Amino acid sequence: MAANAFEGAAPPGAITHPPSSNEYLVDRGFRLLAVCGASLIILLVAYILWKIGGQALPAIYKYNLGFLTSTNWNVAEEKFGILPEIWGTLYSSLLALLIGGFFGLTVAIFLTQDFLPPRVALVFRTIIDMLAAIPSVVFGLWGIFVVIPAIRPIANWLNDSLGWFPFFGTSLSGPGLLPAALVLAIMILPTVAAISQDALHLVPYRTKEAAYGMGATRWEAILKVLVPTAAGGIASAMVLGFGRALGETMALAMLIGNSNQISLSLFAPAQTLASLLASHFPEAGQTEVQALMYAALVLLAITLVVNMMGTAVLTMTQRRLSGRS
Amino acid sequence: MYWRAPFVALAVVTAAMVPPGQSSAQDVRLIGSGASFPFPIYSAWFKDFSKQNNGVTVDYQAKGSGAGIQDFINHTVDFAGSDAAMTDEEIAKVSDGVVLLPVTAGEIVLAYNLPGNPKELKLPHDVYPDIFLGKITKWNDPRIAAANPSLKLPDMQITVVRRSDSSGTTFVFTKHLSAVNQAFAKEVGSGTTVQWPKGEKMVAAPKNDGVTATVKQTPGAIGYIEYGYAKLTKADSALLQNKSGNYVAASDKSGAATLASAVLGPDLRGWIEDPAGADAYPIATFTWLLAYKKQDAKKAEWMRKLVDYCITKGQSMSDSMGYIPLPENVVAKIKTASVQIQ
Repeated sequence: MAANAFEGAAPPGAITHPPSSNEYLVDRGFRLLAVCGASLIILLVAYILWKIGGQALPAIYKYNLGFLTSTNWNVAEEKFGILPEIWGTLYSSLLALLIGGFFGLTVAIFLTQDFLPPRVALVFRTIIDMLAAIPSVVFGLWGIFVVIPAIRPIANWLNDSLGWFPFFGTSLSGPGLLPAALVLAIMILPTVAAISQDALHLVPYRTKEAAYGMGATRWEAILKVLVPTAAGGIASAMVLGFGRALGETMALAMLIGNSNQISLSLFAPAQTLASLLASHFPEAGQTEVQALMYAALVLLAITLVVNMMGTAVLTMTQRRLSGRS
Repeated sequence: MYWRAPFVALAVVTAAMVPPGQSSAQDVRLIGSGASFPFPIYSAWFKDFSKQNNGVTVDYQAKGSGAGIQDFINHTVDFAGSDAAMTDEEIAKVSDGVVLLPVTAGEIVLAYNLPGNPKELKLPHDVYPDIFLGKITKWNDPRIAAANPSLKLPDMQITVVRRSDSSGTTFVFTKHLSAVNQAFAKEVGSGTTVQWPKGEKMVAAPKNDGVTATVKQTPGAIGYIEYGYAKLTKADSALLQNKSGNYVAASDKSGAATLASAVLGPDLRGWIEDPAGADAYPIATFTWLLAYKKQDAKKAEWMRKLVDYCITKGQSMSDSMGYIPLPENVVAKIKTASVQIQ
């Protein structure tokens, strides 16, 4: 620790005084602690990447980019590919984002734009936040026992009458993409709603007043002024919700049907990366573990890119709105 | 097996909580890993055994047969469990010698869900492999209907439910299907995870309870689960036609008939791919406990006691847990073989 640079800097008899050695030490110590904490997290991420990457290395050499385009997962023949998993992960997450994003945003508008007395709004907000505390397995079971039986008649009617349309190409027997995406949508709802609310709160009150002052109706003010102004923050809410959807495991493993195939149909079973990892890890042999690590690396890369995009969008908008650009 | 996991955790915890004062002279800890197929009964046995013998702890981790054998070869465990016993090659790698003990056996049933809950659906020997190959896709397929003249089968697509995780159950089931059906052996083969045919009506669920729940919630579904699970959840399961042409329901009796036809070699290895007995249930298997021939005397002594417990007192638990009690001749063979554990 460097010596106190301010020692003896005060002129005799001054009212103010330089920080005492003690204060100086505490200040330095705290800074050191913060730096340690921050670098530890970065080190941890690096360590995880290094560890997974290291274990995946043999598989990366062996399967190369073909791993990303092959559709087989055959342990006996040691042929591994994750194209159906990438497809299923992105498809289910996008679908969940479409549904969860829409409802998350409308909920956020409803709760922030003075539709409700503040107290009631707070109750609503707490309930939505509570959704985030429900364990994944419970969502999965709820999906199996409630969602699937509820949507089966509708899905099968759609398939019967509009079966030529690729999205309704198959009938829904049980687990499949749509029930998985619906449950996933509910799971990402709290994330999307919470961040969208923050974004809408960030819009300066005078912006809204100005809109009203120009004679805009409430809907015009919300749709044409508020939402566009908060668009950056809302977009980042969507991206973070998407990131959460990508990594969701247990509920999906129970609902998506875990079938290694690529199908446009909403009612067909599919497979996701996280679900593949969860179901194959416990009993995987050496070569399969390497392939799984490679798959984990791909999932990590997808999630990392999505999250970084979200964070970038969020910081950009915050800078713009708080006028510090 | 989510619902059984806490049970095991409890077993480990209670085993660890033996008061230090009582564990006086002997403090022996036997660690095993391997097959998950016998895990429910193993954990019940080992918990009971640890409770009866103060200072002795037996832990078993269900990692899968392959991982168990690997651990056993690397000497990181005291014993292992395997649904596939061990190959000659693997046995050669163990310098201390291996004793293979088929301590329990189980059946696999085909649970189904049909509107109106018809009981006693009969599936012929050449039909159920084709269902799992995706060649028979409708419940009112003439080949199924011919075997069930008394049932009114719906014009409904068959949803095949399989395991999404790798599992000894899958290993035993695919081994049987491969033995029965040439096309299955060629296109799918056998293993703890296999490349199942792809299709819109082929879904997978994690663990036995995942498959059970999915079958129960999906009209028109059929899936393979351990007999114990079907018993526990009262799922309808099909009568399967065996090699001699009879339709047999899974039970401890038909399972015992299956085991009776098993031919065990001198090293107690032997698979029942397609049993010929008239009352034999077609899909059943032994599962093996692997022990070293040489180890330190104290561990060897307790290992022998453990094996003795499994084949005597332990067998009485078999039926209630959905496993098949071992036939007398197998018990006798294990007794002689276990002397080799020194």
